[in-house]
Amino acid sequence: MTSADLIGKILQVVGGLAIFAAVIGLLLFFLDRAPKRGRDYWQLAGFLLPTAVLIIAGLIYPAFRTSLLAFQNNSGEWTLDNFVWMFTQPSTLVTLGNTVIWVILVPLLATSIGLAYAYFIDKARGEKIYKALVFMPMAISFVGAGIIWRFVYDYRGEGREQIGLLNQIVVWFGGAPVQWLQSSPINTFLLIVVMIWIQTGFAMVILSAAIKAVPVEQLEAAQLDGTNGWQRFRNVVLPGIRGSLVVVVTTISIATLKVFDIVRTMTGGNFNTSVVANEMYTQAFRAGEQGRGAALALILFLLVMPIVIYNVRTMRKQREIR
Amino acid sequence: MSVTPTPIEVATDEKTARRLRRGEELEEQPTKAGRVKKRLTSRGATVVALIIAIVWTIPTFGLFVSSFRPAEEIQSNGWWTIFQNPGFTFDNYSEVLFSASQSSPQLGAYFVNSLAIAIPATVFPLVIACMAAYAFAWIKFKGSNALFILVFALQIIPIQMALLPLLQMFTAVLRPIQAGLHDAIPMIPEQNYLPVWVAHTIFALPLAIFLLHNFIAEIPGEVIEAARVDGATHSQIFFRIVLPLALPAIASFAIFQFLWVWNDLLVALIFSGGTQDVAPLTQRLAELSGTRGQDWQRLTAAAFVSLVVPLIVFFSLQRYFVRGLLAGSTKG
Repeated sequence: MTSADLIGKILQVVGGLAIFAAVIGLLLFFLDRAPKRGRDYWQLAGFLLPTAVLIIAGLIYPAFRTSLLAFQNNSGEWTLDNFVWMFTQPSTLVTLGNTVIWVILVPLLATSIGLAYAYFIDKARGEKIYKALVFMPMAISFVGAGIIWRFVYDYRGEGREQIGLLNQIVVWFGGAPVQWLQSSPINTFLLIVVMIWIQTGFAMVILSAAIKAVPVEQLEAAQLDGTNGWQRFRNVVLPGIRGSLVVVVTTISIATLKVFDIVRTMTGGNFNTSVVANEMYTQAFRAGEQGRGAALALILFLLVMPIVIYNVRTMRKQREIR
Repeated sequence: MSVTPTPIEVATDEKTARRLRRGEELEEQPTKAGRVKKRLTSRGATVVALIIAIVWTIPTFGLFVSSFRPAEEIQSNGWWTIFQNPGFTFDNYSEVLFSASQSSPQLGAYFVNSLAIAIPATVFPLVIACMAAYAFAWIKFKGSNALFILVFALQIIPIQMALLPLLQMFTAVLRPIQAGLHDAIPMIPEQNYLPVWVAHTIFALPLAIFLLHNFIAEIPGEVIEAARVDGATHSQIFFRIVLPLALPAIASFAIFQFLWVWNDLLVALIFSGGTQDVAPLTQRLAELSGTRGQDWQRLTAAAFVSLVVPLIVFFSLQRYFVRGLLAGSTKG
């Protein structure tokens, strides 16, 4: 990078911010001087204008177009070929199957481990440090996480010293090292481990807050009744945090359905590890198969939709209560 | 990560829910939970928790240790043998950051790009979303509720649904602008940040509006009414009253959005063009991981260069960070 490059970059950022400020400033300036009649409507329109333009042009219209693209082939003729391809090709069937495995295992395991951990460290000494250690993976990028774990899974030929921790452990127990990321189907599970590693912290923080909100009287009463820890957990804590559990599971499910970076960084979707979001990128932007990419995006949309609708309905209910 | 309104709603009763939303920590309140010091669980549980904590930390720790080991050591033995095979060096870092040789990752430029993408891509959606959230909360009009629900529901659309047509539109609309800019100011390359900024802004809006609306709607109505009576216009109210009062929510969302953009790979891959002029760290890392997957001396150091900013944010602003992250955890 030369210093001219750097100046160019700084110029872009400063210029970009300045132009943005000027546009918003001018917009608000003129709104204040809108004609008296219907000024409220002018101002309303002004405040919503940037959002409306960006969302209609950048989300609604493109989503609509993608839905249409899914039913077209590369020369623009209407066809169902993309979906026939998706549900007949062995490789895409593996992709769909992998996505199902991901979306079952990640929410289940991340939530269970997160819950157990949150419960175990509740009111323990050094609770904050415990939390920080497990929550930290949430802060870093999926790409960074991918590299961290590729290093753990690294493989050296038999007889050489291993530099990947997993193979070293296998060797310590007298086994032969394995090329983890190339061996299907275990590689998919090893990628899933990375996602669980990241999402457990999320589950733990939410559930920890929920556990703390369980009324102490109930716990005390249960204790007086002579229950043990497990019984108190099952019969008092668990019902008390039901709502948060649902939130955690749905949230992690949505994130898992869209997982892309981990697969892209660790295997590139090779060796039977691809998932829908990665295949969508590969087809649409690498293979030039727009129709297929669009069809995969549509499937992703259909998979995510019921979960998000569930969330929207929860929100509407809460608004009504308020 | 599209939305989740609900994590904010974790607490069971309205009072704690509100307190949580404001970001206060429950522990700090003199609750009964504090009085009953007795732990719920046994010694076995502590051991399990300790094991989980260690297992969760070891991968990152191993990478961190390795990034300071000389190349020949990294390649010939595991980082856990560091005491048998000692060695400490900053060479890996200086090589990935500053070396000008063709084969080096030259991360300096990409680091600048990550910053140059993340800062405006945080400011733009925040300002636009604040305006929209204010309109939804405090300008009364027919259909306001329905429209707000629609914006919220837009989070249903995975960004994958928008990528293809958006890229085509950008090629048609933004490309000429970029070329014009380059002609006017040659220092600005033809591949510039504009498409990445716009893409991130668009994808951030539904979640941002939803979260900020929740907060802005809770500003006491009397404050805003009083200002209206005094003849303040909407933009005056917006700048003088709403923005300052919404600052905590703005800070949380800003942190979340900054990190989301910093850690993003997908949007960068599609809209940045992949050159040194625009591509962020994550994209460069993914590329290195693919083409130089066995150069661990470079990969370990490079990974840490990209992790350092999120980690600083994490450890210094942990409370805001957790709040922001939880609020936005399903974005994307």
